Amino acid sequence: MSHEDYYVKDDFTLVEKFDKDNVVVAKLDDLINWGRAGSPWFFQFGLACCAIEMMAAAGPRHDLERFGMMPRATPRQADVMIVAGTVTLKMADIVKRLFEQMADPKYVISMGSCSNSGGPYWQHGYHVLKGVDIVVPVDVYIPGCPPRPEALIQGILELQKKIKLDTPLRKKV
Amino acid sequence: MLDKIIDIINKKFKDSVLHNENSNYILIENPSNWKLIADYLIQNSNLKFDYLMSLSGYDLTNDKVGVAYNFYSTKLKHYLEVRIEIDSNVEIPSVAEIWRTANWHEREAYDLVGLKFSNHPDMKRILLPEDWDGHPLKKDYETPEFYNGMPVPKDKSYWE
Ligand code: SF4
Repeated sequence: MSHEDYYVKDDFTLVEKFDKDNVVVAKLDDLINWGRAGSPWFFQFGLACCAIEMMAAAGPRHDLERFGMMPRATPRQADVMIVAGTVTLKMADIVKRLFEQMADPKYVISMGSCSNSGGPYWQHGYHVLKGVDIVVPVDVYIPGCPPRPEALIQGILELQKKIKLDTPLRKKV
Repeated sequence: MLDKIIDIINKKFKDSVLHNENSNYILIENPSNWKLIADYLIQNSNLKFDYLMSLSGYDLTNDKVGVAYNFYSTKLKHYLEVRIEIDSNVEIPSVAEIWRTANWHEREAYDLVGLKFSNHPDMKRILLPEDWDGHPLKKDYETPEFYNGMPVPKDKSYWE
């Protein structure tokens, strides 16, 4: 199955497709979602050991770029923030400010136990934020300490599913 | 080896270092001439402790604190541990000018255990935020409920 077929068959609800002339008729919502889900550029910053797995996932063996995920070193060009690692209280303010600097639409993936819930520091960590969802809204949580790159990739696929359910042109109810 | 080192130091600084038979470190209880001893440790041709491997602060409770210096001589290949144990309000002379390593290590000992170092070139917190209250590795430290509006302890109301 080619890349194009995947989207046409599974995700893109075509109203009509004409064999000649390369014309398709579809909802603009779906078209926008298709574009957004196909290239979620992620914000490249790592906070602790989980960042090593994120780098492994971005490397040639697991190759995040086949999902259109390109690392960007500035929040202004990024769509997805992968919080990979321990969010200390000192860093929490900065994470929040970076999230606010990202342009809409923006998504957050919380990677690893630390950013989900405080992880190994949940009991005695005087310096660790007990879950990054206290400061930023999280779309996908990935459990693990650290999650393997495969787990991160599944999280990204879940995020793509979530993006495709969005209705960017209609009013949110 | 340790006895020889202690002899050399005690010959120059009378009775300023103590040593217990069963321990492998030397103890200083009055840090007023610590800077001079430190200078001597690096300069004496039989000591030459040119490498400060580690500096750790510790809390002895009852208002006593301690700091341990681990030295190594890359030229003579011998080790030495020096400990200073004092009341918590006494200042320890900084050795950051002698071993550059000590600069950040002393800031860390101040940050986490609250040790005071005099004549340090840049004494401020190194790991925790500047506006943090207290020194968390002290035995009587209480974790705050909130920092900057963010709750610090884990919310266990879901399962407790
Ligand atoms: S979840 Fe585990 S691997 Fe990830 S940052 Fe925390 S301690 Fe490190």
